[in-house]
Amino acid sequence: MIKHALSTRLWHWVNAAAIIVLFMSGLNISNAHRYLYWGNYGFDPKDAWLSVIRFPGWATLPQHYNLAMARDWHILGAWPFGVGLLFIWVAMLVNGHFRRRLVTRPSDWTPAAVIASLKAHSADGSDAGHGYNPAQKILYGGVFGVLLPLMVFTGLAISPGFQAAAPWLLEVLGGRQSARSLHFIAAWGLFGFFVIHIVLAVTDWRLILEMFTGGRIAAPAAAVPPIEEPITEGAPDHG
Amino acid sequence: MAEIQRRSLLAGVLALGAGACSKIAASDTGQSLFEAAEDGHRAVQRALAGKQGLAPEYTRAERSPTFKGNGSVTVEDAFYQEQLAKGFPEWRLMVGGLVEQPLALSLSDVRALPQRTQITRHDCVEGWSAIGEWTGPQLSALLDAARIREGANFILFRCADTLYGNAYYESIDMVEAYHPQTIIAHLLNGEPLPEKNGAPLRARIERQLGYKHAKYLTGIEAVASLDDIGKGKGGFWEDLAGYQWYAGI
Repeated sequence: MIKHALSTRLWHWVNAAAIIVLFMSGLNISNAHRYLYWGNYGFDPKDAWLSVIRFPGWATLPQHYNLAMARDWHILGAWPFGVGLLFIWVAMLVNGHFRRRLVTRPSDWTPAAVIASLKAHSADGSDAGHGYNPAQKILYGGVFGVLLPLMVFTGLAISPGFQAAAPWLLEVLGGRQSARSLHFIAAWGLFGFFVIHIVLAVTDWRLILEMFTGGRIAAPAAAVPPIEEPITEGAPDHG
Repeated sequence: MAEIQRRSLLAGVLALGAGACSKIAASDTGQSLFEAAEDGHRAVQRALAGKQGLAPEYTRAERSPTFKGNGSVTVEDAFYQEQLAKGFPEWRLMVGGLVEQPLALSLSDVRALPQRTQITRHDCVEGWSAIGEWTGPQLSALLDAARIREGANFILFRCADTLYGNAYYESIDMVEAYHPQTIIAHLLNGEPLPEKNGAPLRARIERQLGYKHAKYLTGIEAVASLDDIGKGKGGFWEDLAGYQWYAGI
């Protein structure tokens, strides 16, 4: 059985490219006004809740300050990112990935369950159980269910042309400058995930290879058919 | 050792990526990709909001305590400074181009037209926002009085200010020109426009970013094409720095 569905692999790499473009062009855009506010308005640095550093050229797209070009990249990258997120959510719901791997039980949320899964992970670099452990479910669920959609919705809300289509979105997010602040916070939340994800993935290059080839799930050790879980996913999942 | 190799590989990949990106951006394919992406956003926004969909309006209590002036905050011109001191008695707003009846409106003519007052948010391309109460006639009233001719596709704003040696100008399409919140404002928070905010007249294009809201207006022209105006990109910042002509994103 294939470990990563074709839809997952396609989305993973397209989305990875889109996120890198969006994040680096976003840092360039941040340099245009390095202050974040809450509420609907905000222009005076003394009202800012956060004064952001000036991001250096090597971290931005393009590699020098250019708001127009950075916005070109951001406007372009938003398409594969936003449409891709819709695509992967539909795919995950249809192919059962969401139900099997992301849905948590109340017991997954206990500190003991999370600590146990982290310990098991660091002990032998693999998980004995099927699918994702509680820590992975919570992390991936937070990325798919919270951070990625929040990026899309706050991004749409910041656009002055979109507010005429969905004025409720700005109200839900607490105003235009709040939406802008949340956009920034969620972007760094994703960056944090990205770091964990990369660190865990480079511990075993086969994991990266499998995201291209699809990989295979190892056959069960014994010839006893699994009883509770109809789908056997015994291969280790990292990052 | 393996760790160091991996790190230099990663750095190499990043540098390659950045180099590839600048090559893409400079190419014709890259430019048409950017344009297609921008057109797509405009099409989706217009489809969802409708041509007449309104930008949010606020209450007086929700206004920002002051309204930031940005870009040009003065006009270094003897006639302008003299008119500013006197309250613009001889200032004229010309309405021309592809129209049946060109107009030259004084400030009292502008004040005599039906007025719209709206408390709206101004979003600068840089990221900041301010909220103010604007009063003035709808642009559509001026265009109807001048009677737009067949073939007019854009409305051009001519301005008294110059930046980096070039005259400021902007343009919008006919959808935005006939939008109910598109007004020629002469009051900000109930007072004549301050100099830094574009006295005596400025455009309010409420569904687009601040650089569209041309200040120090001297003329409004209906045109078929933007190609022969300035450097042909439809606005001062579009010509100078490559800003997106559609500023709703």
